[in-house]
Amino acid sequence: MLTPLAIELAYWQETIIKGVIGLVAVLLPTGALVYLFLFKMMSFMQSRLGPMETGPYGQLQLLAEFGKFLQKEDIFPAKADRFVFAAAPFVVLVSTFMLVLVLPGGPDATFIDINTGIYFALAVSSVSVIGILMAGWGSASKYSLLGGLRAAGQLIAYELPLVLSVVGVVIMAESLNLSDIVHKQNEFGMWFILPQFIGFFLFLVSVQAELTQPPFDMPQAESELVTGFLTEYSGIRFLLFFIAEFATAAIFSAIGATLFLGGWTIPFVDANAEFMNYIGPLVLAAKMILIAFLIFWFRITYPRFREDQLQRLAWKFMIPLALANIVITAILKVAL
Amino acid sequence: MMPAVLAAVVAQNVFFYLIASIMVYAALRVVTSSNIVHAALYLVVVLAGVAAQFLLLGAEFVGITQVLVYIGAVVVLFLFGIMLTRAKVGSEDNLDHDNRWPAILTAVMLVLVMAYAVIDFAGDSEIAVLDQSETTVQQVSDAIFSTYIVAFEAISVLLLAALIGAIVVARKE
Repeated sequence: MLTPLAIELAYWQETIIKGVIGLVAVLLPTGALVYLFLFKMMSFMQSRLGPMETGPYGQLQLLAEFGKFLQKEDIFPAKADRFVFAAAPFVVLVSTFMLVLVLPGGPDATFIDINTGIYFALAVSSVSVIGILMAGWGSASKYSLLGGLRAAGQLIAYELPLVLSVVGVVIMAESLNLSDIVHKQNEFGMWFILPQFIGFFLFLVSVQAELTQPPFDMPQAESELVTGFLTEYSGIRFLLFFIAEFATAAIFSAIGATLFLGGWTIPFVDANAEFMNYIGPLVLAAKMILIAFLIFWFRITYPRFREDQLQRLAWKFMIPLALANIVITAILKVAL
Repeated sequence: MMPAVLAAVVAQNVFFYLIASIMVYAALRVVTSSNIVHAALYLVVVLAGVAAQFLLLGAEFVGITQVLVYIGAVVVLFLFGIMLTRAKVGSEDNLDHDNRWPAILTAVMLVLVMAYAVIDFAGDSEIAVLDQSETTVQQVSDAIFSTYIVAFEAISVLLLAALIGAIVVARKE
């Protein structure tokens, strides 16, 4: 339990504080990613300035975008299934917000410290497919339905390498608990990215595909499907999907940092020290930005995969590679 | 004040009935809904309820597996299949099948048999409140790979056979 001012909090007070911190932990990195990478890095890579007018160096552009989406008209397509259409963004968003629960930010700074941490995260993230299918079908539009189906097929295909890429780390750490995984890396004196570089590569590619970002953006291919399952959404409902996508990018980057880059620890610094509870979240955020940089770099650089290439990559290359990685890791674990 | 363990059991019971009533309603809607996609979505609610019940019992691993396998994979495949073939928005008239009375009879008989089995097994004896609050992953895996290894292997072979069968059926000659 985190008691920075040595005050005892009731369970409900603690829960409210955790809820507020959870909201901040999701929304702040999301905004940071959108501003840093989508507005600035993407512009620089394409030799343009990006937003510069709103505030110093365009820093208030994010607020302007937020306000723009809020004041737009809330449109329902005439033939849409209203309840399913309206509920879909919230299903995706809930799945995203539950992801952040298992992330440890320090030795005691955790939301819930459960034994099955990483397993919980992978299970919860798979729920978002339901929301995407709901959006695709509920819109009663061909573009949306096709986009939803493509998204579902892609998410199912890439969930397997995502889960399997983590197994190597779990075998090395002998635990599913994310705090244990962090401590284990500290004991080893080595981050798991070194022995598990294949796992890290597979994790990164799978996350990219799970986010349906370029080069894996067949579900939203704008030249064929307008924007896929998002086609009929406008205003605040579109914003919810947008936040969910970038929040998932942020949280999965943080999970990747926890699994492969030592989480909130700094090398050669005592991991159980009290001050790590305050520095830890910042260290984790820095590592998260590092991994998110890679994800957005690929997003901006590579052209789109064709549907059959995309499925072939998952089933014929990544899953066998992940299985081989698991077998080799298990053998080395027993042999060494 | 009640002792903490007793209070936890009361809270557990309250939430059991709360979740169970939601599950019963959703289960009824699965079979009475006039839209097949809605039926599949109600099934998600039922399965999420099952996962919640497992969590209430402290079976964290089984509960999360329920979410990953049933909600994340099985229902997604249902929805995928429905949407690929017939995905009309709005209600459909001919969803009721003539076989529904035998189906209802089978369901009622299954409930009776299972209820009888539970009552016969437990009777009036009270179930002791366990000291240990949750089952760990280690305990689950130890049980699967020692006590239940034969059943586990049998299920693996069965699944493999089903997998090969599906490929053979789907393949064009």
